[in-house]
Amino acid sequence: MSEDKLIIGGHEFNSRFILGSGKYSLNLIEAAVKDAGAEIITLAVRRANTREQENIIDYIPDGITLLPNTSGARNAEEAVRIARLARELGCGDFVKIEIMRDSKYLLPDNYETIKATEILANEGFVVMPYMYPDLNVARDLVNAGAASIMPLASPIGSNRGLATKDFIQILIDEIDLPIIVDAGIGKPSQACEAMEMGAAAIMANTALATAGDLTLMASAFRQAIEAGRKAYLAGLGRVLTRGASASDPLTGFLRD
Amino acid sequence: MVTINGVKIDAAGQTVSQYLETTDYDIKKIAIERNGDILPKAQYSETTLMDDDSIEIVSFVGGG
Repeated sequence: MSEDKLIIGGHEFNSRFILGSGKYSLNLIEAAVKDAGAEIITLAVRRANTREQENIIDYIPDGITLLPNTSGARNAEEAVRIARLARELGCGDFVKIEIMRDSKYLLPDNYETIKATEILANEGFVVMPYMYPDLNVARDLVNAGAASIMPLASPIGSNRGLATKDFIQILIDEIDLPIIVDAGIGKPSQACEAMEMGAAAIMANTALATAGDLTLMASAFRQAIEAGRKAYLAGLGRVLTRGASASDPLTGFLRD
Repeated sequence: MVTINGVKIDAAGQTVSQYLETTDYDIKKIAIERNGDILPKAQYSETTLMDDDSIEIVSFVGGG
């Protein structure tokens, strides 16, 4: 397992848990990162407040890769602007493209996402597009220069789990980039299931932010993701569609 | 007037550095976009705000 690295855009990671930083206290970030074992944390970019205030950057431990998202973008042009501002903030070249046109379902706009991916990949960004799981779109994202593909499990913040399971499996089977399941994963068992399917990593935020004990849940997710990864690497046992198969010898019974 | 983060401010004629000195921004933790283009930090002191400029000053916040 020591050689089992997650590689995104040439960067190696040991952890397969990408942590969100939204909707909880800045004071919990360091503990959440530690208990999640996370090496990547997502951030958003917003208009800065002129009042002196605490800055999230001060709360993120050293050595953690920052993954700014383009939330708030309604089209490719806005996503590109946000990505460039994020890079100017001095956090590296990673960007999670997130483009939404409606605030009710928060579903990603796949078409605009492809356009933004191409522009930003050409500018040297490590582009991680959040998308609705569609094989053709995923292939277009690969061609556009994406470093990973981030299909949604169910709508953002819903904690409803793997509603798109069959289609994520198709991406895992057909796309030669890390498939990182993002959005909608609500509990560790769902994260584990996605990892068993062969997902490269899990991104979670709301599942932790709305948990009773955030850091304990971070730890639970970490273990579930590690368990799912090991199960995937081990290769799951086969499933019988009918009948049974004895686990015990069918000879030597205590009878004649 | 200069539009800064959506608010019209009487800052035309000041350099970006001079404007920032009148605020509480931590310059190390912001990025600036001027009329749709990134304004590198090295250009803050030599860039003069003009009437009708549109400036965005951003920082990181928590997000997923």
